[in-house]
Amino acid sequence: MRYPMFRVALAALAAGVVLGHGSALAADAAKGKAAFMKYGCWQCHGTEGQGSAITSAGKVLAPDPMPLETFTAFLRSTNAAMPPYSEKVLPNEDVADMHAYLSTIPKPKDAKNIPLLSQ
Amino acid sequence: MARKIPGTKDSGPKVDRRKFLTGVAVAGAAGTLTPQAAKAAVADGSAAARLPSALPPTAQTIAAETNVPAAELNRIGGVAGSDFMVDVIKTLDIKYLPSNCASSFRGIHESLINYGNNKMPEFLTCTHEESAVGMAHGYFKITGKPLMTLCHGTVGLQHASMAVYNAWCDRVPVIVVGGNDLDAAHRPPGVPTVHSAQDINALVRDFTKWDDTPVSLQHFAQSMVRAYKISMTPPYGPVMISLDAGLQQEPVKQHNGEKLYIPKYTPTSAPQGDSNAVREAAKLLANAERPVIVVDRAARTENGVRLLVQLAEALQARVVDVGGRMNFPKTHHLSAGPPAVATADVIIGMELTDFWAVVNSFTDNGDHGIGINRTRIKPETKLISINSVDLNTKANYQDFQRFQAVDVAMAADAETTLPSLIEAVKAAIPNDRKAAIEKRGEAAKKAHAETRERTRQAAALAWDASPISTARLVMETWGQIKNEDWSLVAQSGNVSNWPHRLWPMEKHYHWLGQSGGYGVGYGAPAAVGAALANRDLGRFSVSIQGDGDLMYAPGVLWTAAKHKIPLLSVMHNNRGYHQELMHVQRLSSFRNRVASLGGDIGPIGTSIMNPDIEYHKLAESMGWWAKGPITDPEKLGPAIKEAVAVVKSGQPALLNVWTQPR
Repeated sequence: MRYPMFRVALAALAAGVVLGHGSALAADAAKGKAAFMKYGCWQCHGTEGQGSAITSAGKVLAPDPMPLETFTAFLRSTNAAMPPYSEKVLPNEDVADMHAYLSTIPKPKDAKNIPLLSQ
Repeated sequence: MARKIPGTKDSGPKVDRRKFLTGVAVAGAAGTLTPQAAKAAVADGSAAARLPSALPPTAQTIAAETNVPAAELNRIGGVAGSDFMVDVIKTLDIKYLPSNCASSFRGIHESLINYGNNKMPEFLTCTHEESAVGMAHGYFKITGKPLMTLCHGTVGLQHASMAVYNAWCDRVPVIVVGGNDLDAAHRPPGVPTVHSAQDINALVRDFTKWDDTPVSLQHFAQSMVRAYKISMTPPYGPVMISLDAGLQQEPVKQHNGEKLYIPKYTPTSAPQGDSNAVREAAKLLANAERPVIVVDRAARTENGVRLLVQLAEALQARVVDVGGRMNFPKTHHLSAGPPAVATADVIIGMELTDFWAVVNSFTDNGDHGIGINRTRIKPETKLISINSVDLNTKANYQDFQRFQAVDVAMAADAETTLPSLIEAVKAAIPNDRKAAIEKRGEAAKKAHAETRERTRQAAALAWDASPISTARLVMETWGQIKNEDWSLVAQSGNVSNWPHRLWPMEKHYHWLGQSGGYGVGYGAPAAVGAALANRDLGRFSVSIQGDGDLMYAPGVLWTAAKHKIPLLSVMHNNRGYHQELMHVQRLSSFRNRVASLGGDIGPIGTSIMNPDIEYHKLAESMGWWAKGPITDPEKLGPAIKEAVAVVKSGQPALLNVWTQPR
């Protein structure tokens, strides 16, 4: 990829501008869950954003998702294994809803408290 | 089909079929169809007076077909050629013959079950040729012994070919024998002719080690023993024999007074690395600051695993097991993940399918649809390769992957080379390096423990999710089999490698590797074949069964029930061809389009839902104990417990579990 930093910076700037507007909207976690399925995020990240060692290089979206601005900037500009999602494909409102959904995912139990994982 | 040989029916000598090897006395028993005889048959009108076969039988026909003949009726006038073939096969100690029946090998089929008493080999009824080869594939990886299969040389081999390709890529010997009728002038017209070809072996020649078309029984004996020998010499691989129908059905004949004989099979020693190259490799490894061992199909036996542990411990080198086999104990402190190569100064790769991908990465996300290559290692890192596949690379199919330049290359069998390499490494370690090597081991212990803890925490994510997380699927299964002498015989679909990350895999049969060629449809038959081998060894077989994989040839479930092969099949039913589902999603994003779902949750053409397949009912219909669909993670453990009890009673059991995608 040529000029990757340039692209990331532009995208982050664009996302910041848009999100400045979008953050005023009330994000909807229920809609976000539907969008998470509709846009295929679950395919690599799991329905609860738990990630996979194989398809998301172990990256975990939830709990504690990254800040919305960073999240959106990455979506728009990624040149890693994940392809970029333009605003045409994935509108900012849906991104905000998805982020709201991911923010509702509770912290997992400690593995030490799961008998099958503590053996 | 065999040729009809007029004039020989009643004139041949009586031969004890079971003693013909002590003196084949049937020369002359098989007469030939002379032009004169053929003319006579036409002249007396017998050939012209044909009646429709659907007419009711005459009184004479009924009597002929129901009365017990006064004397033994041997219409072929001697010993069947296929009886001799069975004698040849019996010398090779082949225990089973999974096969889908076909008329082009009816001669040897009949001999196997009636003359050979259906033992060594035992015919296993398969419903698809791909299943038969897949079973042989799985069986070998448990026992180290090949099976043979019979198939129609044309349509049957076409069915079998993907499984043969998997065996080729996975370096697994399978002896494929295809029935064919070469004699265009005498074979029956219609279907038998449509099912004949000049050279059936051509279909699989690019991905078999060797093939032959025997034209005499003695030729068959030599070819069969040679085929076995070639397939069992590293690098292992499938072989193909075209078996003429006439040769099977015609009586044994002598050629110039020679008696038939069966060549003795003597295993060929596996090739060992050149001693100079071994010393050079040992010197590099012994003097390395951070040596890393990467293994794919290096250890195929218990001894292979033990030798790898010896080498790793001598160097306190971390071992990355790519997973073509269970090479190295996952519980060992030197077991490491692929990122370990990043800091290596010397990497030795053993029986790697793809050395390039070990030291480079490919990101499918570049401009103009072209992926990005990046190195994973330092530029000065020295690379050593031991790989038997270097001795047998073919051109057409690209299973040899990208070319990777290395510093020391040995075209040799890794497991066979390990003893000399271990000795050379021990001799090459300077005294002043021993403390540093010990310190390296301590650091590896710490890293191993930290990785294990991180892995456990990662498994806890989405633990209570529905569909059930793959981590939970795998660990609930583990919870019920951990006290058995277990063997994970196949893992189709992708469960994020949780078994390899969390199960204490230590023995070579704890994991058998994947298909080799990534031909989907391997998992179910390979699991059944491996479970057959484990049944005879008293082990418990478990398979993680992908949904897409099972639907290619689900009839292998019936074969397992029919032949009482106990297997626990826990389905990873993510209701889609998930790899392809992600590919279409990826391309949709690259092309700035929303993927069209068509009412499913994955792009059109990639989902297996609406209607959802009731795999538990499918399995039940074929004689399995089965339950499902299981969507509640709390109900999974108890269901697996029930299934384990069924499997321990000697039956196969399947659980249809709805799972997360990966």
